Order: sequence, then structure tokens, then C-alpha cells
Amino acid sequence: MPPILDIRGLRKSYDDGFEALKGVDLQIERGEILALLGPNGAGKTTLISTICGITMPSAGTVTAEGHDTVADYRAARSLIGLVPQEINLEPFEKVIKTVQFSRGLFGKPADPAHIEKVLRQLSLWDKKDSQIRALSGGMKRRVLIAKALAHEPRILFLDEPTAGVDVELRKDMWEIVAGLKADGVTIILTTHYIEEAEAIADRIGVIAKGELLLVEEKSALMARMGQKQLEVQLTEPLDAIPEALQSDKLSLSPDGSALIYTYDTRGERTGITQLLSKVAAEGLVLRDVVTRQSSLEDIFVGLVHEDAA
Amino acid sequence: MNWTAVKSIYIFEMTRFFRTIAQSIISPVLSTSLYFVVFGAAIGSRIDEVEGVSYGAFIVPGLIMLSVITQSISNASFGIYFPKFIGTIFELLSAPINFLEIVLGYVGAAATKALFIGTIILITAFFFVDISIAHPVAMVAFLILTCISFALMGFIIGIWAGNFEQLQLVPLLIVTPLVFLGGSFYSISMLPPVWQVISMFNPVVYLISGFRWAFFDTADVPILTSLLAIGAFTAICLGLIWWIFKTGWRIRE
Ligand SMILES: Nc1ncnc2c1ncn2[C@@H]1O[C@H](COP(=O)(O)OP(=O)(O)OP(=O)(O)O)[C@@H](O)[C@H]1O
Ligand SMILES: [Mg+2]
Repeated sequence: MPPILDIRGLRKSYDDGFEALKGVDLQIERGEILALLGPNGAGKTTLISTICGITMPSAGTVTAEGHDTVADYRAARSLIGLVPQEINLEPFEKVIKTVQFSRGLFGKPADPAHIEKVLRQLSLWDKKDSQIRALSGGMKRRVLIAKALAHEPRILFLDEPTAGVDVELRKDMWEIVAGLKADGVTIILTTHYIEEAEAIADRIGVIAKGELLLVEEKSALMARMGQKQLEVQLTEPLDAIPEALQSDKLSLSPDGSALIYTYDTRGERTGITQLLSKVAAEGLVLRDVVTRQSSLEDIFVGLVHEDAA
Repeated sequence: MNWTAVKSIYIFEMTRFFRTIAQSIISPVLSTSLYFVVFGAAIGSRIDEVEGVSYGAFIVPGLIMLSVITQSISNASFGIYFPKFIGTIFELLSAPINFLEIVLGYVGAAATKALFIGTIILITAFFFVDISIAHPVAMVAFLILTCISFALMGFIIGIWAGNFEQLQLVPLLIVTPLVFLGGSFYSISMLPPVWQVISMFNPVVYLISGFRWAFFDTADVPILTSLLAIGAFTAICLGLIWWIFKTGWRIRE
């Protein structure tokens, strides 16, 4: 099946001449969750705005289910919902009215049952008659999501949905996203939190300075670049690594209380058995053994730095 | 055409209006009453009839025009400026709607509000002076056309404005003087000849003259000229709006 969203050679230069997107190619599969990571000013919001019709592309094309977002904007935009990064809402409007308004704007006939479902899903039903200004920041963000879902989009853009949201609400948000995915909605979200991408995305894209540096299955990405560390904690600190243990994979923690062994999980042999038997042969006494997986964060920081270098 | 969207925008805007209905009505009624007291009763008692109409009645069409024009402009300019200001415009831009639908929704609502207020002022006027309307159909048509054309102009101002000062600037510096010098309170024929000529360059003169004709069957300029003038003005506004949407000027980068 062709991708639900097909972005080809997308460029965007702002009026001041600044090129915020330098030729982005990206195919988004039906039903997936794609997380876009990138530092401030990378072009994440610009990419979303250009797809959704808030800014015009300078070059390149985007199609949603085969509909060009410029030439055939009615069909394309009907499929897309957008939750913007900024909380843009009319302060004096009632929650339910603004959600109904969004549905009407997209040309869909009124459907109280659907509106109720969306508001309940987002725990906003008991706030439906409140004025927006009387809501907390987290609730306002959920109102934005409700507005985006009011017209039953097949593709949903979430621009930093969890910025400034507390841990509990962030978990709620992840559940909402998972629920939408279960309903078959394709989701593209941007985030600065790597653990967020790690927790909910199927694929991860990294964008910096207007260029997409990589897009990959999360698991493949982590396996490809992920390395594990084994920390062997000792009862007696060492001054140096014993001769018999010397290896470029092994290092000593700064205070000498632990040996740190780096290995690749996908290698034929990890070398752990050998290491541990050598440690025993040296007569070292173990206090504890800990393993650590390098996170996406390490990968991400590595990539963005490589790019800057 | 996405009529559902047009209707949604229209209803949304009208709800805003009805939320503050009391102040929407009180202020024009109050200011009109003051005009009647000051110009109609105090000064008017010292002025003879103008073109065969008592002065109090003579100023009614001008007063209605004054309010309708300012209301159309401020409603429409604020209506589209506000979403730009608070950022909710993103929703209009990402919705499957075109410029025509946006204009119909916003301009339609702004014109309706102005029409509503114009009607209220007319009703208020009946309490102060005796008026009869010579050409009722033409009167209503003029009123509606004025509401629409100035709401179009207000829409352009709202798109153009980059801040609240600019939003007030055009109405204050251009529209108010044009309306006051457009014969709201006098007949153009009462002016010295030089000013009569200058007045012919003021588009509002044609409007007020035509509107007054609908009331009293007397006019400063031929009624057809009035119709042409308002038609031309509407066409210019429509052309400008078409260009704005075509280029995305001040809306879509
Ligand atoms: N309207 C504009 N005019 C000119 N330059 C702009 C405009 N909007 C964004 N930019 C520039 O484009 C670049 C990308 O901005 P964008 O908002 O897309 O970044 P982002 O990845 O969303 O960042 P953040 O994580 O901070 O939200 C930035 O350098 C920004 O200054
Ligand atoms: Mg952004």
C-alpha cells in the first residue's frame, strides 16, 4: 500500500530569505506513530505548518492519500488534524462550542455523539460548558486535541503535545496517543523528550537545521546504535585494571570501585562469561553487577553533534 | 462550496455578538439619542426645513449611515484581526475552506450585526421625529449594500492591521472624516461652491444622498450615480480581497 503521507523534496524559505526546510523527503506509513526529534529551530513546526497549509511550500510536494496538499487542498486537509505547539484558543469560548466549531469548519455535519466521545476520551466532558480561560494549561492542550479530532482526521499532527505538561499528564497523553493509534489514526508528533519518542513511537526521525538526518524503526535504531554496558562493582577499589583483564572494551570507573565493560548485544559473543571468569581468577570480589542500555538520547546527541561538526 | 464551514463561522461570530448584546445595542442607541437631542432639538429648532424636510428628520438617514458604516468596519476588521492576534487563525488556514468561504462567514456576520444596529437606530429615531419612508425597498437595499461593502472594507483593514493601533487608524483618520463631511448633518447644496466640488470626491456623499433619497425622495446627486458609486466601491473591495487571498498577503507565508 502506498504511504498515507508522501513528502518529496519539501523546501521552505521564509520571506526574510531564511531556509527553514532544505529538501525533506519522508514517507509516513498508515497507522504508525512517527516521532520527530530535533533541537529548537530545527524546522519541526515549519514542516508541520507547510504540510497543513499554514505556510506555503517553496518547492516540493506533499500528498495525503494521494491528494496534493496544495492543488487538492480540500481533500487533503479533510484527512488531517493539527494540534499546534502554541496554545491558541479563544479565552471566552466554551469548550464544547469551540470543538463543534472545529468540526463545522471542516465541513462535517454536527455529530453530538462523536463530540461527546472525543471529550470523554480526553476527560473534558465535565468541563464542556466551562470557558477556556477557566481551564488549566494541561486541559487547554487537551481542548486543542479535541478540536483537532472533532472532524475525525485520519492523520494527526501533534506539535510538542507534552511540552510543559507534568509527568502524570504526560502518561495520560501517551495513553491517548496509543488509543488513537488503536483507532487507526496515523500520528506524527514532535518532541524534545527522548524518552517520549522511546515510549510511544514506532519510527523516529531526527531533524536538524532543516534537514532530516535519519528516519528509522525505533527498535532497529536502538539496536543499530545501541550498546550495552556492564558495570562490575567491586568490594575493594582498584588503582588500575589488572594486566590479565586489559582490553579496549574495559575501563575503570573514576573512583576505581567498578569495572565498566562495553559490548554489543548483537555480537556473536558478548564476552561476558570470559570477563567474569577472568575477574574471578584475579580474585576480585563482586559487590554487584549492573547492565545499562545506551538510550536514544545518546544516539540523538551523537547525531546532532556529528552534524554540527 | 463548504457551506457548513461558512455557517459555522457565521454562527460563531454572531454568538460573540449576542454574548455582549446589551452593550452592542446600548451604545448606538445612546449616541443616536444624543445626536437627536443636540442636533435635532437644540440646533435643529433654529434651522428651517432642509429640502422640505424638518431638520430632525433630515439627519436620520445620515445618522443611520454613520453608525452602520462604523459598525460594519469595526465588526469585520476586529472579527478577522482577533484570530490573527490570538493565533486561532491556524485553524482557518488548515481547514478545507477557501477565501470566499472565509469572507462569506466573517463579512456576512459583520454585515448582519451592522444591519441589526442600523435597524435599532431607525426604530429609535421614530421616537424622536416624524419620518415617512418614500421608497422602503430601496431604503432596505441601500442599507444592506452599505453594510456589505463596508464590512468588506473592514475585512481588508483587519487583514492588513499588524496591531490594535493600526486597526483603529483607518476608521479614525479616514472613515470618520469622510462620513462627517459626507452630508450626514447637512445638504451638500448648503456648502460654498468650492466645497461642493470637493465633496463630489467623497464616496460617502453618494451613499448618504442615495439613502436620503429613499427616505425623502430628494437627493444631492442622482440616484443612479449613487448606485454606481456604491457598486464601484464594493467591486474595488472584492477585487482587493481576491488579490489578498490569491497572494496570501499578511495571512499565509
Ligand atoms: N515566520 C517565520 N519567519 C522567519 N523565520 C521563521 C519563521 N518561523 C520560523 N522561522 C525560523 O525557522 C526555523 C525553524 O523554526 P521552527 O519553528 O520550525 O523550529 P522547531 O523545530 O519547531 O523549533 P522548536 O523546537 O523550538 O519548536 C527557525 O530558525 C526559525 O527562526
Ligand atoms: Mg516547533
